[in-house]
Amino acid sequence: MAATDTTAASAARSMAEARARATAFLAHRHHFRIWEALPWLLALAAFFLFPDRMAFGSQVLLMVLFALSLDLILGFAGIVSLGHAAFFGLGAYAAALVTLRWGWEEPISGLAVAATVAAAAGAASGWLLLRYRGLTLLVLTLSTTIMLQELGNLMRDLTGGYDGLPGLSFKPLLGLFDYDLYGHVNYLYALAVLFVLFMVVRTIVHSPFGQTLAGIRENVARMHAIGSPVHLRLVVVYTISAAIAGVAGALFTQTNAYVTLGVFDFDNSAGVLVMLVLGGIGRLYGAFVGAVIYMVLQDTLSKASPQYWQFAVGLLLVLTVLFARRGLLGLLQDAAGLLTRERKP
Amino acid sequence: MTAALEIQGLNKSFGALVVARDIVLALPKGARHALIGPNGAGKTTLVNLITGVLRPSAGAILLDGVDITPLPQAARTRRGIARTFQINQLFRGLTVLENVYLAVAERMRASARLWRPAGAEREVIDQALAQLEALRLADDALKLVRELPYGRQRLVEIAIALAQHPRVLLLDEPAAGVPSSESHLILDVIGALDPDIAILIIEHDMEVVFRFASRITVLVAGAVLTEGSPHDIRADARVRAVYLGEEFPHG
Repeated sequence: MAATDTTAASAARSMAEARARATAFLAHRHHFRIWEALPWLLALAAFFLFPDRMAFGSQVLLMVLFALSLDLILGFAGIVSLGHAAFFGLGAYAAALVTLRWGWEEPISGLAVAATVAAAAGAASGWLLLRYRGLTLLVLTLSTTIMLQELGNLMRDLTGGYDGLPGLSFKPLLGLFDYDLYGHVNYLYALAVLFVLFMVVRTIVHSPFGQTLAGIRENVARMHAIGSPVHLRLVVVYTISAAIAGVAGALFTQTNAYVTLGVFDFDNSAGVLVMLVLGGIGRLYGAFVGAVIYMVLQDTLSKASPQYWQFAVGLLLVLTVLFARRGLLGLLQDAAGLLTRERKP
Repeated sequence: MTAALEIQGLNKSFGALVVARDIVLALPKGARHALIGPNGAGKTTLVNLITGVLRPSAGAILLDGVDITPLPQAARTRRGIARTFQINQLFRGLTVLENVYLAVAERMRASARLWRPAGAEREVIDQALAQLEALRLADDALKLVRELPYGRQRLVEIAIALAQHPRVLLLDEPAAGVPSSESHLILDVIGALDPDIAILIIEHDMEVVFRFASRITVLVAGAVLTEGSPHDIRADARVRAVYLGEEFPHG
């Protein structure tokens, strides 16, 4: 009798322990890790280390933001797209046209307008296109973006066609900081916007909504079977992603003070996908690693060899896909895993 | 009394191919009903029709007397129909806990929340864990589903469906593919299910069918051949003819 009591008590204790462990896993998953400060510290360090490269730096940061928007749909919800430049481009043009046509030069509200326009386009196209998946969706997003670019070319009076809309002007940031020749203000502006939107994306992927996105990515048939409104969920996340891509596009317009139809280029859609594959899909920080590597390679190699720089990027992509399928961050994680395993007895 | 699930003259055809022909079936509350028939008889198709994966060409499906035929899959699920799949449909890259969490969160309407962490939904986590404990899966809660042996994966398949708190549960060959040394684990779970749930089980193992079911429907070529108690079905010459060559246990 006493023996069974002890067995029952220890079984109850082990069950309570299992319960506590499992609860802790979900309850702590969204907590910040120390290493997460690293990319932000590096971005601030770059500000002091390369004061004359800040114009380039802000382009890197807005590409990180663009890649992050793609990671939200691709890495977390499993939506493949080769047309994400559509939202980047719409945001870029929205930010240009509010200042050019309406004389609205305040930059932060310009971002809000760009986000709204891109979100509207994301909701409408998502509602139509997200009934499809995989290759079909890839081709549909690709062709939609090409059509959008051609539409922009037809409406040359509005968009300036491939010559674009140069010489845009914006009011000082917050009415205080005027844009300087070296792009110092732009860099910190882009960094602040990236930080805020990164936190938004990070919150979303760790939410119950984010969990359902993982469910949709893993098994859409089962999500239907447990009663999830799959299409609605996909349209919601696609809309959020489009808005963020639109903000990245608006930052492009504001930091360069010009925009051309090149923002809708296939190169832009494909480039952001390559960045994500290089850095690692579905890990948030893969956008940082991939965008920085891609942009720095492009910057240094295109100066060294304007014709063949893409060869190096292509080679890196092939090596990544062959030997580091989870991207460079995945490779780092594996390396860290090996080290800790060796240290343990 | 209204049946928990009632199927009236259900038809489904793909062009000239008829996969369901005038199917009539009623499951009272707490029913233990088996659906048997040779391969290709349309058993899984019927499950797909009931859950709304497929739309019937004609006929009606009633849940507690309410016509749910026009409702999409998600709406039917919210009204209390759950199913398991013949071939595992799991979230393989997620933990066992997350697999069940998803079903609980969807039932508790917590899934649309964007601005708070999934880990802050303590009620969802508690219910998911309770479900795992009930099926003795708690020790595997933090393992990825794809790392589990197949028999345990089949239990997760059932755990997800039960986490939906169904009133009607459709089990599509729950022990399929499980080695016989482990199948008793699954059969024990099925035998101990809430007596209020109406259950329709598709099963090939006649021993399981006769042990578990109090009513049996035999489906052949998309149509109901006969329906009756296990005793009637065992004695039915036509059923024997259909299963000719297959072992048919006598009891």
